[in-house]
This record gives sequence, C-alpha cells and structure tokens, in this order.
Amino acid sequence: MQFIPISYYLIFCSVLFCIGVIGVLIKRNALLILMSVELMINSINLLLAAFSTYLNDPAGQIFVFFIMVVAAAEVAIGLAIIVVIYRTTHSIDIDVLNKLKW
Amino acid sequence: MITGILILLPLAFSLLIFSLRDERQIRMAALTGSVAEFLVSAYGLFLYSTQCHCNWLLDIGWIPSLHINLSFGIDGISLLMVLLTTFLTPLIILSSLEHSYRKPSAFYGLIMLMEMAFIGVFTASDGLVFYIFWELALIPAYFICAVWGGNDRIRITFKFFIYTFTGSLFMLVALIWLYFRTPQPHTFEIIYLYAAHLTPAEQTWIFLAFFLAFAIKIPIFPFHTWQPDTYTESPAGGTMLLAGIMLKMGTYGLIRFLLPICPVALKEWGWLAMILAVTGIIYASVIAIRQSDMKRLVAWSSIAHVGLIAAGIFALTPKALEGAVIQMVSHGINITGLFIIISIIEKRTGTREISRISGLAAKAPWLAVLFMIVLLGSIGLPLTNGFVGEFLLLLGIFEYNYWIAAVAGLTIIFSAVYMLWMYQRTMLGNPMEDLEISGDISMKEAIPLIPLVVMIFWIGIFPGFFLNLAEPAVRTILNLMH
Amino acid sequence: MKDLIVTLIPVFPLLGFLILGLGFNRIPKKLASLIGPGTVLISFILSFIIFVIIAAGSRRGVQTWPVTEVFNWMTFGGLSLSFSFYIDPLSALMLLVVTGVGFLIHVYSIGYMEHDQGYNRFFAYMNLFVFFMLILVMGANYLIMFIGWEGVGLCSYLLIGFWFRNQEFNNAAKKAFIMNRIGDLGFLLGMFLLFTTFGSLNYIDVFHNAKGFLPGTGVVTAITLLLFAGAVGKSAQIPLYTWLPDAMAGPTPVSALIHAATMVTAGVYMVARSNILYALAPATMTVVAVTGLVTALFAAAIAIYQNDIKKILAYSTISQLGYMFLGLGLGAFTGAMFHLITHAFFKALLFLAAGSVIHAMDGEQDIRKMGGLGSALPKTRWTFLIGTITIAGMPPFAGFFSKDEILSSVFTHSMILWVVAVTGALMTAFYMFRLYFLTFSGNFRGNIKQLQHLRDAEPVMMIPLILLAFLSVTGGIINLPALAGGSAWLHSFLGPVFADATPLLKGPVYFLDAQTDYLLVGVTIVYVAVMIVVAWSRFVKKSLIPDEATILRSPVARILTNKFYIDELYDLLFVRPSLWLSKVCHDVMEIRIIDRTVNGAGTLVVKAGNTIRYLQTGHVGFYVFMMVVGIIAILLFNLVI
Repeated sequence: MQFIPISYYLIFCSVLFCIGVIGVLIKRNALLILMSVELMINSINLLLAAFSTYLNDPAGQIFVFFIMVVAAAEVAIGLAIIVVIYRTTHSIDIDVLNKLKW
Repeated sequence: MITGILILLPLAFSLLIFSLRDERQIRMAALTGSVAEFLVSAYGLFLYSTQCHCNWLLDIGWIPSLHINLSFGIDGISLLMVLLTTFLTPLIILSSLEHSYRKPSAFYGLIMLMEMAFIGVFTASDGLVFYIFWELALIPAYFICAVWGGNDRIRITFKFFIYTFTGSLFMLVALIWLYFRTPQPHTFEIIYLYAAHLTPAEQTWIFLAFFLAFAIKIPIFPFHTWQPDTYTESPAGGTMLLAGIMLKMGTYGLIRFLLPICPVALKEWGWLAMILAVTGIIYASVIAIRQSDMKRLVAWSSIAHVGLIAAGIFALTPKALEGAVIQMVSHGINITGLFIIISIIEKRTGTREISRISGLAAKAPWLAVLFMIVLLGSIGLPLTNGFVGEFLLLLGIFEYNYWIAAVAGLTIIFSAVYMLWMYQRTMLGNPMEDLEISGDISMKEAIPLIPLVVMIFWIGIFPGFFLNLAEPAVRTILNLMH
Repeated sequence: MKDLIVTLIPVFPLLGFLILGLGFNRIPKKLASLIGPGTVLISFILSFIIFVIIAAGSRRGVQTWPVTEVFNWMTFGGLSLSFSFYIDPLSALMLLVVTGVGFLIHVYSIGYMEHDQGYNRFFAYMNLFVFFMLILVMGANYLIMFIGWEGVGLCSYLLIGFWFRNQEFNNAAKKAFIMNRIGDLGFLLGMFLLFTTFGSLNYIDVFHNAKGFLPGTGVVTAITLLLFAGAVGKSAQIPLYTWLPDAMAGPTPVSALIHAATMVTAGVYMVARSNILYALAPATMTVVAVTGLVTALFAAAIAIYQNDIKKILAYSTISQLGYMFLGLGLGAFTGAMFHLITHAFFKALLFLAAGSVIHAMDGEQDIRKMGGLGSALPKTRWTFLIGTITIAGMPPFAGFFSKDEILSSVFTHSMILWVVAVTGALMTAFYMFRLYFLTFSGNFRGNIKQLQHLRDAEPVMMIPLILLAFLSVTGGIINLPALAGGSAWLHSFLGPVFADATPLLKGPVYFLDAQTDYLLVGVTIVYVAVMIVVAWSRFVKKSLIPDEATILRSPVARILTNKFYIDELYDLLFVRPSLWLSKVCHDVMEIRIIDRTVNGAGTLVVKAGNTIRYLQTGHVGFYVFMMVVGIIAILLFNLVI
C-alpha cells in the first residue's frame, strides 16, 4: 500500500493552520474567530494523527482525543462567553470589546 | 544563644510596644528594652573570646532543601558594630523622649524593630539572612521618616526607599549567583561564599553589584543624593538611627562581603572605588561649607567622613581597615552626638537655620561645652575618638598611595572649616533674643550626651581595647583575600 | 623616681584644667587664682628638678637619655605607639621656658583678667594650654608631639576667641585654627612618610635609623619639607603667617604666652628636635633658611607702618621667628634655640608691658592715641624699654647675644645674606623704638577719662614684668660667647643633642676669628644706634604722629600699611574660589547633574510606562496579532540561531 508521504500532511496542516491564524487575525466576528481557533486545533490534531501513524506510536492519537475533549470544553466555555458578550453589547464584534486597557 | 536573645529581645519589645496605648508605658518599655539589649550585648562582650571563630554561634535549620540556615556568629568587627548599635539605641530613644511624637507606640516600636534588624545584619553569617535583615532594616526606617518627618517627607522618603532598595536588589542577584558557585551542596553560608569559584569576569560583575548596593547605603559619591534630603527631613531620632548605625551596614558589608569575595576584581577595580570615595570626601566637604541648615551641614559632613572610611577599606592595608572599623564606631558616636545637640538647639530656638541662631554659648555654657567636645571628636582632634580612626585610615591610605592620602587628608582642614563655622555662628557671638527655652541644657537633655562624651575620650585616649577587639578579624579578612 | 616626676609634670596643669573647667564659675575667684598659676608653678618646680638632673648628667658627659613610658597608646601590626616622654637637654630646656614663662604669665593674668566674667574659664584654658605644650615638648615620638601640636592649636583657638561675643574675635580664632590645620596636614603626611620610611615614629629609632641615609636623599627631603609645612603653620611663617596678627584679638596674656613665648616657637623646637633629619636634607635647609629670612624681613617691613601696639609686637614675633628659622636653616641649631629662649623672655615682657599699657588705657591699643605714658607708668615704661633694647639687639642684653649668634652664622655662609639679615635687624630696632617713643614719649593723646586712671598696674602684674625684664637683661649669660668672656654653656649643654647633625652640615658654623666678629658686632651696634636715633628724631624731636593722609600718599607706605594686601590676596585666591566651588558643586554638579540623573532614572521608568501602555489598546485582535508576530519572531530567531 502506498502511503501518502508525510510531507503532504505537513504542508496541508501548515496551510490549514495558517488559514486558522489568518482567520483569527482578520475576522471581527467572535464566532468566526472561535471557529478559526478550532481550525488551528484541528490542523494540529491531524498532524498528530499523521505522525502517530508515521512513527507507529499510538501516543499521538491518544493526544488527539485529549485535545478534542479539551477543545470541546473550550468551545463550550467560549460560546458561553460569546453569548454573555452578545447579551451585554448586542454585538459579537470584538472591536467593541476594548474597555480593558491602560 | 546570645545572638538569639539579642535578636528576639527587641522584637518582643517592639511587639509589646505596638500593643501598648499609654504613652508613659511606651516610653518606659522602649527604654527598658533598649537598655536590656545593651546589657545583654555587654554580657556577650564578656563571653567573647578572640581566640576562636566560635563566638555567639547560632544555627537553626530554615529551608533544608536549599541548605539555607538561620546561622549567626560574630567576629571582632561584628562585635563592635553590635555594641555600637546597642549602645546608641538607648541614647537615641532617650533623646527622642524629649519630643512628643504622635502615635508613640508605632514610633518606638519601629525603633526597636530597626534595632533588631541591625543586630541581625551585623551578626548574620549567612548571605541570605544578611540580605533579609538588611531589607528588614529599611522598612522601619522608611516608616519613621515618612510618618514623623518634615514637610517634604513623602517625596524624599520615597526616593530614599526606592534608591536603596534598587541597590540591594543588585546585592540579591550577586548573592544568588554566588550561591550557585559554591561547592556542592549549594549554600549561602558566608564561609562557603568566600570559597566560591569565580572567574575574573564573574568577580567583576559581583564586585559591581555589591559595590552598588553598599555604595548607595554608605553613601559613596555619586550615589549619595538621597542622603542629605533624608537626613534633613527625618525626625531627629530617625536621622540618628540612619546616620549613626544604618550607614555602617554599608561599610560593614564592604568588609564582610566585598573584600573577601572579590579580591581579584578589587585589584582591578579597587582604584576606581578609591577615587570615588576620595572624590566624595572633597566634594561633600566643599558643599558642606555653604550649607545653611545645621542638619544638612552635618549630613554633608557625614558623606565626607564615611568617604574616608570607604577609602580606607579599599586601601586594603591592615592599618586602614583597622582604622575604618574604629572610625565606624567613632563616626556613629560623633554623628549621633551632633544630631542630639542639633535637636536640643532646634528645640530651644525653633529653627535649624544657622543664620537665625546666635550666641547660645552665653546662655547655655554647658551645651556649648558638650557641643565643642563632640565637634572636636568629629574634626579628629588628637585624644578624641575621631583622631584615632583618621590617623590609622590616613596612614593606611598613605601606604596605598601617597597622593590619594594627601587629597583625603584635606578632610582635616575642611572639617575644621565647616564645623567651626557652624559652631561660631550658632554658639558664639551676641546671644539671640527670642529663645523658646532659655537657660542651660537640663540634666535630662544632657544624659544621652554624657555617655557619648565618655566614649569620645575613651576611644581617643585608650583606643587599645577597641583596636585589639578588631585586629584578629581584620587580619582574617585580609588573609581571606590571598 | 625620675620617671614619676617626669610623668607628673604635665599632670598638674591638666588637673588644674579639669578642676577649673568642670567647676565652672562655682569655684571662687581666690581659689581659681591659686589653682591656675599654682599648678603651673608645681610643674615648673618639677621641671627644674628634672633640669638639674639632666644638667648634672650632661656635666658627667651623658650622651643618651631614657624614655619614660606612661602607657601604651596603641599597638597594631608594625605600629607601636606609646604615650611616652623623652627628656633630653633640649626638652628639659623647653620645659623650663614653658613652665617658667608660663607661670609668670599666669600670675600676671590674675591681675589682668581680674574683672573678667570668664575668669575661671580663662585659667582653665591656660592650664590646658600648658598641658598640651608640655606634651608637645616632652613627647618621645612624633605622634605625641602631634597630639600636643594640635592641642595647643585648640587652646589657641579657644583663647583667641575667649571673648566669644565678638564675632571678629571668633573669626580670628577660626582663622588661626584653620591655618594651623593646613600646616598640620603637612605634619601628618610627614609623619606617615617617616613611618613608612623608618618603621617607627619614636625619636630614638628614627634618629638612629636616619644615620644610615646619605645626605640629600629624596625621601628625607620630602619628610623634612612636610614637617616644615607644619612648622610654617604653627610658627606663623610665610605663607601661613596671617593668622598671628589677627590672633591678637585674644587677651594680652594669651598673646604673650601662646603667640609669643611658647606655642609659636613649637616649629623651631620641632626642627631643632629633628636636627639630624634636616641636616640630611640640604635642600630643605635652604628652604627653611630662605623662608625664615624672607619672613623676617617681610614682617619687619609691615611692622614699621602698624599702629596697633599688639599687632606691631605680633609682626615682630613673626620676624623674630623668621630669624630663628634662618638660624636653623643654616645649621645654627643652638643659636636658634638660644634666640628662642631669649625671645621668650623679652617678647613675653613686651607683651605683658603692652598689656599693662592697654590695661591703663582702658583697652585702647592704637599707639597714635597714646603718647607720654612714660611719666604716668614709670615701671611699665622701664620694663618696656628694657624689652625694646633687648629686641633691638644692644649689648649686653640677652637679645644681642642670641641675635648675634644667628647673624654671625649667616656671615659664615654668605656676606650678602648677612647684609639682608642685618637690614631686618635694623628695621626691628626702628619699629620697636617707634613703638616705644610713640607710646611713652611726647604728649598724651588720649581722652580725659583715660588720663584720670592712668597708673601702673598692681604688683601682681608688675612683679612678673620685673622678673621678665631681669631675665631679658641677663638671659644672655646662658650662652655668653668666649669672645665676651663666657663659656657658651648652652652650646655645650645642647651639644650632644645636635652631635649627629653637626658633622653633616657644610662649613664651619661658629668659627669666625675674633677680629671679624668684633667688627661685625661693632657695625651692627652702630647701625642699630643710628636707627634708634632716627626713630628718636622722627617721633620725639619732630613728634611726628603717623596719620592716614600723609602715609597713603607714598605707595610704599600704602602697601606696607595694608600688609602687602596678603589677606586680600588669600581671600581672592582661596576663600572666594572655595566658596564659589562650593556653590558650583552644590547648584550645578549636585542638583543639575547627579541628582537629576538619579531622579531621571526614576522619571525614565515612569515615562517609559506612560509610553508603552498605549500598546495595550484593548483590541483583542491586536493582541492576537502581536502574539502571532511574536511567535513568528521567535521561530525566525531560532531559525537564525
């Protein structure tokens, strides 16, 4: 069986990660930012899974599960915060949230 | 054992005083505590033996995993400093009794706390313990000056605190660095700090860090700018504690840490420290000539005098170092005496402005006599304590370098100039009219001065006792440098 | 036994000081007048006993003298300094002068200070002075000498400013102390160099080790020059002389004791004591001689135009001290000591007589307002006249012999120097007789009130005067040269002290042949007599009274009246610049530079915080962006490394 070379995974994950980063940087919508963060996490997960197979080490895939659990918890809290923000400011635009300074 | 008592006694009295409300009880407690402390230290002197390195040892485990112990022990130099502290504190408290301070419990409590910190600094034989007591001394000093000081006290004490604190942080860095250079297992124990293996470059950095910390505390030119303001603004008792004892922590630190730990760096950079110290002597003396506030004048004179002590330490000759130790004691005695007299004068005239005071000698002859004696000690007339120290210091510096000694020697001329000027303007001439208290000084006012005068002549005429106490320690320190 | 006596000599004046000082005004005047002079008298008696012992020893040819150790002052490392006394012929002689003249002046003070409020304080200070002077003279090492040296300076300060309500007097006192301290710094450094060179400060060790040095060695020259700086300060030589005329602010007995007879001669004593060192340093000897000669002339010139009776005497003291240093510089140690002794007699006499005049004149010191006092104050007049003749150097009074000894040793060195020195002596004769004639001859120029109680002082003041006058007349006997039929006793007495130095000095010191000596003496006497006649014709015959207007017309007189403007010069050169420097240091260096830097460090932190806080925009997006930038920067950094 011909494996997909590991470099393809690397490039794909990097691209995915960069999309996530750019999403976080340029989006103003808190929900989209959260989704971009998820994208970054998932790119890492994918990389971990790929290396796990490549190195024949199950630890990587175990980590993926851990990360998915943590990400789920994070999303839950993140969404909760976004809901609270929306209730107080009637917006989920992060530029409105600039009170915490100086 | 005795160290434990010496440290805990003032702490206990300090807590007791904090809890008291009645002013008379507070005063009694402060006086009793400080006198008891003096008696204990006198007993300690009785126990002291010049033969061994086993005096006043105390070692309590503290942080075993890091091998940090609360360890104490003294040599001759520490002993003299401890005695100076316990001798001066009761006198400072006595002279403070003449004033009524608001919140007396805090005032006297802080003084006792400060005494404890001083004892800790002078007896610590562990670098970290030394550092902790060193910083501990600063806190009561800050509060005494900031609460009971003059009009501009907040700004000035803030500067004083930040300045000296910054300096000591460098010392902390140096100590931690040294800790990791001690042989395994790492420790802050002083004798192991002495044995730390340092490259010349490391020594230079540690020298700079220690020097900065001590130079600010002493203070050595050009790190002195906090000092005149702080001395002027502090309440009389606070000034005496600062000038009489606290600055000796700096010179003591130089002898205890800088000399044995960085001998190589000293050979390389000692001349620079020497030049700074000597520059300070001349610089401060020249400025003192024109001061109009008595306290400020004495503050500047103090910079000049301790500059000479520091120069003696950097000369690294036995005579100069011995002179430095004696002069530390003498300077403590003289400057405390001067500040006591200034506070008496201030109480009488309501001012410290030299131009507004005149002719006190005609109305208060005994005050004039006591002032003259303390002043003579300060300008180093033979048969007073100042001369013994200055003679040994200048002789030691002379062995180091002729020219530096000649320049440093100018201090004997300058000190005569500004001190006699102050004396002439305030004590001599036609008596001023509007005195708040007329008449000679009372017995109560004179009591703190009399022991000082006795010491001025004792050290001046029979310095042997003090020299012999310090000599073995001085030799040990210098031997450690080789 | 002898050690005990030696130890006790300074103890008594110290006791007197302690009793009178601590007792303050509670001790009755009668008792104070007993204690003050009494303690000095006891010291004198003890000194006399010691002197007899030493003299007897010297007759037997004793060459070394033991050191009396009182207690160990400090022992430290190689430094061992004991509080010990060394009595040899030189110090024994000084002891007699100090306690003897001191005692007479103390007695005189009983009368002079009678109505002063600070009577007890005065005697306390005077006793303290005698104590320190004795320490200075008796010390067995340079440090003990230095203790006395600074101690007498202190007493001089206290006594010049004795009437402390007058700030002028206090200024004079302070000036004296500070100028002395300038010299003392030299002395101190000299001691340090002595110690590092010889490893000891004890006279015996130093002088013994010094024999191993070749003449002209640099280090010995440096030592002697530094010590001489101390002598210049203490003995009021150029350039540190200006304090002495001002020191006349003190009570007259003080001027007599401290600023004429004893303290100011300490420099001479010190040089004589260190004779071997000075003999090893010909360069220093030249400096000493030149300083002495220049000072002698300079002060004499100033004295000619002074009008304050005490200031004239003060300048004359400076001038006479100059002669002593001239003698020392030429190696005539005995001659200098001889002049020191006779000077102590006649200058104390002159000062005390002047004090008697001032006493009678109600505190007036300006001789232009005196005149004609001779008839009203006969005893004072005659004693003063004796003093004047003695200082002018007329035979057979004491001053003639001592001055002649110095002058003849000058002659053996150089004819020109001799002429210069004699010129100074002639000036001395002139201004002293000017002083005498203006004060005691002519018409009275004071006011009526003064005239009414113009009379000789009471016996307690006159007896010391008469005794001193007697000593001034006969004092020459102690060193009568062979030419005058004497045995030069002082020369043989002090010989052993100077024994090591004498061979080192170049050329013969005293050996003029009889003819030359007679000739020189004759010439001097004739010229002195001429000067006296000149003074007489100006001030008695023409009864010229110096007044400002006529004097100021002549430029030379103007300069001399203003004392060569030296005080003004020092003010311009030292006082003002140091005050200016003080101002600059404080206002510019301290506040603008150092303190501003320190405060600047604090301000910098605050400012930096103020600036950097704008980075905290509150925009989450910005924070994230910065975070990413940071991560990328770290990654790049690692890549580069």
